[in-house]
Amino acid sequence: MIELRDFTIGFGDKKLIDNANATIDGGSLTALLGRNGSGKSTLLRAIAGLNRRYEGTITVGGLDVATTPAPQLARALAFVSTERTRIANLSCRDVVALGRAPYTDWIGRLTKADRDIVDESLEAVGMASYADRTLDRMSDGECQRVMIARALAQTTPVILLDEPTSFLDLPNRYELCRLLGRLACDHGKTILYSTHELDIALRLSDAIALIDTPRLVCLPVDEMVAAGHINRLFHLDLLDRKP
Amino acid sequence: MKNRTAILFIVIGLATTALFVIDLAVGSVKIPLGRVFAVLAGTERDPMTSTIVIDFRLVKAVMALTVGAALSVSGLQMQTLFRNPLAGPYVLGISSGASLGVALFMLGAPLLGLPAVVSSLGIAGAAWVGAAAVLIVVAAVGHRIKDIMVILILGMMFSSGVGAIVQILQYLSREEALKNFVIWTMGSLGDVTVSQLWIIIPAVAVGFILAVVTIKALNLLLFGQEYAMTMGLDIRRARLLIFASTTLLAGTVTAFCGPIGFIGLAMPHVTRLMFASSDHRVMVPATALTGAAVMLVCDIISKLFLLPVNAITALLGIPVVVWIVLRNNTMTR
Repeated sequence: MIELRDFTIGFGDKKLIDNANATIDGGSLTALLGRNGSGKSTLLRAIAGLNRRYEGTITVGGLDVATTPAPQLARALAFVSTERTRIANLSCRDVVALGRAPYTDWIGRLTKADRDIVDESLEAVGMASYADRTLDRMSDGECQRVMIARALAQTTPVILLDEPTSFLDLPNRYELCRLLGRLACDHGKTILYSTHELDIALRLSDAIALIDTPRLVCLPVDEMVAAGHINRLFHLDLLDRKP
Repeated sequence: MKNRTAILFIVIGLATTALFVIDLAVGSVKIPLGRVFAVLAGTERDPMTSTIVIDFRLVKAVMALTVGAALSVSGLQMQTLFRNPLAGPYVLGISSGASLGVALFMLGAPLLGLPAVVSSLGIAGAAWVGAAAVLIVVAAVGHRIKDIMVILILGMMFSSGVGAIVQILQYLSREEALKNFVIWTMGSLGDVTVSQLWIIIPAVAVGFILAVVTIKALNLLLFGQEYAMTMGLDIRRARLLIFASTTLLAGTVTAFCGPIGFIGLAMPHVTRLMFASSDHRVMVPATALTGAAVMLVCDIISKLFLLPVNAITALLGIPVVVWIVLRNNTMTR
């Protein structure tokens, strides 16, 4: 679903990812792991079409991200960033409804079908009872869910999330990743999310995309663990050492 | 919710109409309401009264409507685009840019030995160019800087810098040119003639049309540029249209009436609170309407107490801005 070919990205001389070839399969939940500053956000933003300063090609569902116009790309891919958005006077339903923007007319009028999709999206993230509440009166976790519902309402085959579990406590992190897993499994979405939670990533994801600077390795979870990349990169041997 | 919005539109619409008529009746010459209606109906016999009502008061009241609506919608656009509650045409230096344009035109041209033509079209053109130039600078710099405070400080610094340049021009200028400019900076709804309305109204109307065209873009921009882009917004096109709209709205009224402060900053907040909405489908027409109503109030007050209208808008607007700052402060705690 997401394909990187001869992909190189970095800042000036510093190459974050060099000449990577990777494929992220459809209908799977993939965790993007890497050390601080390894370029997780940079990679996600490049796939989302927000950063076009890279070499090689990225295709999402067959569309070349660099050349696809924003309105068309928005029907293939939705993005949830780390940014916290608190907009007064805008209900959850209004926020999710804006996810329909790629399909609505010039002034954003919703059809009956659009409204049904909005309700289903809120239902899917368990926020249906919050539909009329405004974002400025909700917790971080609840806001995060609403923003995910907004991405769902975009009805794209691919969803990217940049550190969706930050700002959340441990039970909520598990809860959110289970939700993402369900969306991948039940709705057949391709979901790629960056995280620092090794434990959650290894337990709940189907596959891992690992930035092992300057390489990018994509493998199913079992193979990734067996290959020893994660132990090496995150120095997990240190944890085993007895004091 | 829908009912509340509809009722508010009707109530504020009626209030605006009433204020418009009151504005026609108020002034240095006492004209009873009945005769104002008589003039409007074309049955007034006294040509003097007709002239006062039509050529002076009607033009001024139409200008108050236009200025209030244009500045308020422009402020709304800037607040959404920059995601900054303190943004507005005035704070970000757009009005200052217009001032510089006019100063260069009114004061700079005579200094270079060119004839000091105080033509309305020339002033409008200079203000437009000045306003557009500032917007381009702020947008270009602001695009790279994420921190809204930095953009705000840049806007303030730009205004101060422009003020300094204008001061130099004033210092070097001759009396008559200087006087014309100083009067322009005081802001006035009264110097507009009927023929100038034929320039102002189409320009502002195009600005409004562009504002309506960009409603969906503004709604997406509530989430910031990046979210807007991933939701399918062509950001370059949207920004261009919004800038063009604000330049036409704020630039035009500033060109003819001088810089009028605080309306553009305060009215979007008041409107958001009244309509309990951030949806621009409601906010663009609602802000235009409330802005027009409040500007009429300011004009009536200025006529009753013979004060410059700029002082009234500031005195009414500043408490609103103080309230926004205090409210934001308590909300983040």
